Amino acid sequence: MQMRNVELMVGGFMVMGIIALVLMAFRVSGLSMEAGGETYTLKARFENLGGLTERAKVSMSGVTVGKVSRIYLDKEWYMAVVEMEIDSNAMATLSTDTSAAILTAGLLGEKYIGLTVGAEADYLADGDWIHETQSAIVLEELIGRFFLDKAEG
Amino acid sequence: MSDSSAHVEVRDVRFRRGERLIYDGLNVSFPRGRITAIMGPSGTGKTTLLRMIGGQLKADSGEVLVNGGDVGRMSRNELLALRRDKMGMLFQTSGLFTDLSVFENVAFPLRVHTDLPEAMIRDLVLMKLEAVGLRGARDLFPAELSGGMVRRVALARSIAMDPELIMYDEPFTGLDPISMGMILRLIKGLNEALGLTSLLVSHDVEESCQIADFLCIVSGGKVIGFGTPDELRNGDNAEVRQFLNGDPDGPVPFHYPADDYRQDLLTGVK
Amino acid sequence: MVSQIRSLGRYGVESIQSIGRAGMLFAQSVTWGGPGSAGFRDLIRQIYSVGVRSLSIIIVAGFFVGMVLALQGYNILVKFGSVSALGTMVSLTLLRELGPVMAALLFAGRAGSALTAEIGLMKATEQLSAMEMMGVDPLKRVVTPRLWAGVISVPVLALLFSTVGIWGGAFVAVDLLGLYDGAYWSNMANTVTFYEDVVKGLIKASVFGLVVTWIAVYQGYDSAPTSEGIGKATTQTVVISSLAVLGLDFVLTAVMLGGV
Repeated sequence: MQMRNVELMVGGFMVMGIIALVLMAFRVSGLSMEAGGETYTLKARFENLGGLTERAKVSMSGVTVGKVSRIYLDKEWYMAVVEMEIDSNAMATLSTDTSAAILTAGLLGEKYIGLTVGAEADYLADGDWIHETQSAIVLEELIGRFFLDKAEG
Repeated sequence: MSDSSAHVEVRDVRFRRGERLIYDGLNVSFPRGRITAIMGPSGTGKTTLLRMIGGQLKADSGEVLVNGGDVGRMSRNELLALRRDKMGMLFQTSGLFTDLSVFENVAFPLRVHTDLPEAMIRDLVLMKLEAVGLRGARDLFPAELSGGMVRRVALARSIAMDPELIMYDEPFTGLDPISMGMILRLIKGLNEALGLTSLLVSHDVEESCQIADFLCIVSGGKVIGFGTPDELRNGDNAEVRQFLNGDPDGPVPFHYPADDYRQDLLTGVK
Repeated sequence: MVSQIRSLGRYGVESIQSIGRAGMLFAQSVTWGGPGSAGFRDLIRQIYSVGVRSLSIIIVAGFFVGMVLALQGYNILVKFGSVSALGTMVSLTLLRELGPVMAALLFAGRAGSALTAEIGLMKATEQLSAMEMMGVDPLKRVVTPRLWAGVISVPVLALLFSTVGIWGGAFVAVDLLGLYDGAYWSNMANTVTFYEDVVKGLIKASVFGLVVTWIAVYQGYDSAPTSEGIGKATTQTVVISSLAVLGLDFVLTAVMLGGV
């Protein structure tokens, strides 16, 4: 085998590897060019996360507008604090009375945060808190409450 | 033969392979510019001796001096430098690189160790190949050569860097008479033309005696005879004479040590 | 009884000596440089012989593994009504586990055994000794480029295995089982992350590449210079490196997930 051909084949091999990497990055892991670019942070406190994890989506009317970047416990309030990175093109749409709810995609699907816009004229800025929150629905509590209602009724 | 003319000196070397003691206090010195044939029965470690001189094996104790420097105490880099500049070795299986052509095999040490321009490397390689009579085979690959030709190419390669010392490990085994004659002529010719110190390990008494200035007979981990072929043939050591004449029985017995023959037969199956 | 204990002891000592020799071989051959050391072209040549030549088996295997994963996954997920997670399942399985592990195992069988046989044969025909006697360190000349070619090739092969597998899965899911292709691809894109899944899988594959190649060159270098010795070393390479890959896979996964 001529050295030239060997070099050509190895070059081709490497190019295939790079193409595969690019496919993995953009097609499979959904990395987009603007991702990681312009975002701003909002925070919210929840009673119960019910299985929400970092990197979960944040969506508005079903459209993804950001992701959960950090989760920690607020030791004064005994509540979970969720930090979200929101795409900056959604910046001037979220009013200060926007509410956040932890929802489930389908019956067994992943947890995500759904945002619902309120009526205020001012908009949330970087680092602001969302005050209206609705915790995850925990199935056990729901069933427990159902039987309690039955017993009382 | 005085010590000052010794090119390689082996002093009090002990070498053990596993449980077996191969050399037990070996002392010998090889004179500069001469052909010395190292001979002895199979399995006495003649190749081991060459490998110790080349620094590929280390003696358990004692010294192996090449040009006065102890090979066993050299660092890896000193050893590589010594082999590069001063030593050549022709291996039993020749050790040609199967993925390189004859030309590239001979050019290998030159390319690796020198920055010579391509034209000069070409000239040098063709000179070495001409010396072994294979200038015309330069584009062939080792697999396409006969056994004798392979050995001649390997010889050309081992003299590519113009060594002072060259070691031949069984250069005659498996060769037809014509190829053997060529190798003999080459070894003798190189020694005469370049003044190379040549060490030759061989079983072939007749061929070795033809070209060797000295014979060194090794047996039982020691040198049992050192001298010119004639001296040894007429010497008083019976074992040396038995070896040189190829007698089947003598101090080295025909029979492997065993119980008494008649006794053994009469015992029957135990 | 005593002799059994003795032979166990001898086995233990020999194993430790062997690990020591392998460690020294690694330390001496992992860096470039020195007299007569291999160059960039030797690396290219080795990537060709271990990487490019393993390409066909990797691609065929990857395609079939992806198809099987999709078929099995579909039949399991359809019971829970969550076939939309199929793309995620196939891609995560391939990227995190099967890509690196299968590529490394196939590499061990295809290229590792060939490396052992090649180096063993070079030893048996005294090519390595001849190199030494010409003042060239055979570790730097022969072993170093092969070691690095393995480290470079296996991640590329693992990546190609996963890619082909994911597309093979898509072929079964979308074209044969009639899954909506948006469900396959966009759920995957939402869940798979580049660093956590793709990059960590590649780190695994590089480590596997290093270990498999290391075992292969060591077995060749340490083999008895006979045809029997080379045959034994070749088998050893495949057995030891396969076990090493599977064992290391657990260790690396535990370290990366930080769970254990």
